[in-house]
Amino acid sequence: MCLAIPGKVLAEFERGGMRMARVQFGGIVREASLDYVPAAKVGDYVLVHVGFAISTVNPEEAERTYRLLEEMDQLTELHAPVVDEVSARKPQ
Amino acid sequence: MRYIDEYRNARLANSILNEIRRIQTRPWVIMEVCGGQTHSIVKHGIDRLLPEGIELVHGPGCPVCVTPLETIDKAHAIAARSDVIFCSFGDMLRVPGSNGDLFTLKSQGADIRVVYSPLDCLKIARANPEKRIVFFAIGFETTAPANAMLVFHAKKEGVKNVSILVSHSLVPPSITYILQSPQNRVQGFLGPGHVCTIMGYREYEPVADRYKVPIVITGFEPLDLLQGTLMVVRQLEKGTAIVENQYSRVLDRDGNVPARKLVNSVFEVSDRKWRGVGWIPKSGYKLRWEYGEHDAERLFEVKEIDTKEPAICMSGQILKGIKKPHDCPAFATLCTPLTPLGATMVSAEGACAAYYTYGRHLDKQKAEASARLGGLA
Repeated sequence: MCLAIPGKVLAEFERGGMRMARVQFGGIVREASLDYVPAAKVGDYVLVHVGFAISTVNPEEAERTYRLLEEMDQLTELHAPVVDEVSARKPQ
Repeated sequence: MRYIDEYRNARLANSILNEIRRIQTRPWVIMEVCGGQTHSIVKHGIDRLLPEGIELVHGPGCPVCVTPLETIDKAHAIAARSDVIFCSFGDMLRVPGSNGDLFTLKSQGADIRVVYSPLDCLKIARANPEKRIVFFAIGFETTAPANAMLVFHAKKEGVKNVSILVSHSLVPPSITYILQSPQNRVQGFLGPGHVCTIMGYREYEPVADRYKVPIVITGFEPLDLLQGTLMVVRQLEKGTAIVENQYSRVLDRDGNVPARKLVNSVFEVSDRKWRGVGWIPKSGYKLRWEYGEHDAERLFEVKEIDTKEPAICMSGQILKGIKKPHDCPAFATLCTPLTPLGATMVSAEGACAAYYTYGRHLDKQKAEASARLGGLA
């Protein structure tokens, strides 16, 4: 129910006093209200829940989190080599 | 899709799992609060990837599940009226009330419509001025801004034939309730990422501090959930209990300020009953007095409804993390998604329904079958 999906803002327009956008999710384009994300602009990724953009995805934070995971990946390889479960499994 | 695919990377998932294995010294019980997270965890099998001793229990954060039977019966009574067009999110239609579900009522001729967004109701209201449009406004904090916007616009633009039947729940009072239970097993929380996208996470800080539980606000993709779990385990092993934010690409400590402002102008906090749990003080929203002419509870006289839940159902204990779906004798026998007996089976995001959908009930059958075969050999 609290599902919210990130999509790319393709275009902005106005309808009935509301700031709306066309937002692309993979191959699908849907309309969403931008009233709760006043700073969002074309090209940004917004998180959409029941027809409302509720957040703009912060690309720097996404990058930072991902870099942390990559660094941990390199470190854990030193600590404990990744076990390939398929080849490690003994034949029955 | 960007911001989804990269959070499903198996190599990185493996390295987070290795890191959890490396730092874990003893068993821990962690609760994910949100039903969307429960669904994602069971779908991707994350609970089974975690090392032995890290147990995920499933929280009360599915709004469809915790909507009380009385409210579903009220919806049913309103939707049955010939002067009403009843609008709802799709998942509410399958939930059985005392007199059946809304889908059945629709098949009998009631005008019940599934909408994608609450705003669709404004369009329907303008196209049908002779009808009364009632929207079933359910949800947690994530959905409150959308529902608030509907009544805000209805009032501002004088669309008088729109009202909402409110069934809104709030997360912090529910986790406090769980922590206060003498049977509580939960030692740390994966906090609800999309609820906090609206609310921020300031209100979780006193909870973490008072009950000495780490709370990590977490996203919904496999890497988010694994990283959130790692962050909780790190805190538990170190003995700290603070609020951390795993989902920083989407939210910050303050949440969405314009959304919260509108929600507070339309709704006020009230006591509320949770299906399977009971009354929790200050755990829901009701419409403010100024929006009375859009409040379906005031507009439609529905007489007091007395309901009874099946005695066998243990959804209350499952919602509090005390039991798991497997512990219930009715799970996957008497109680299935087609014939749900209680809260956690009625929606795809309930723990029991997620376990059923992803075949967890087959484990028991498989074990029994192999025990029988073993007996024969």
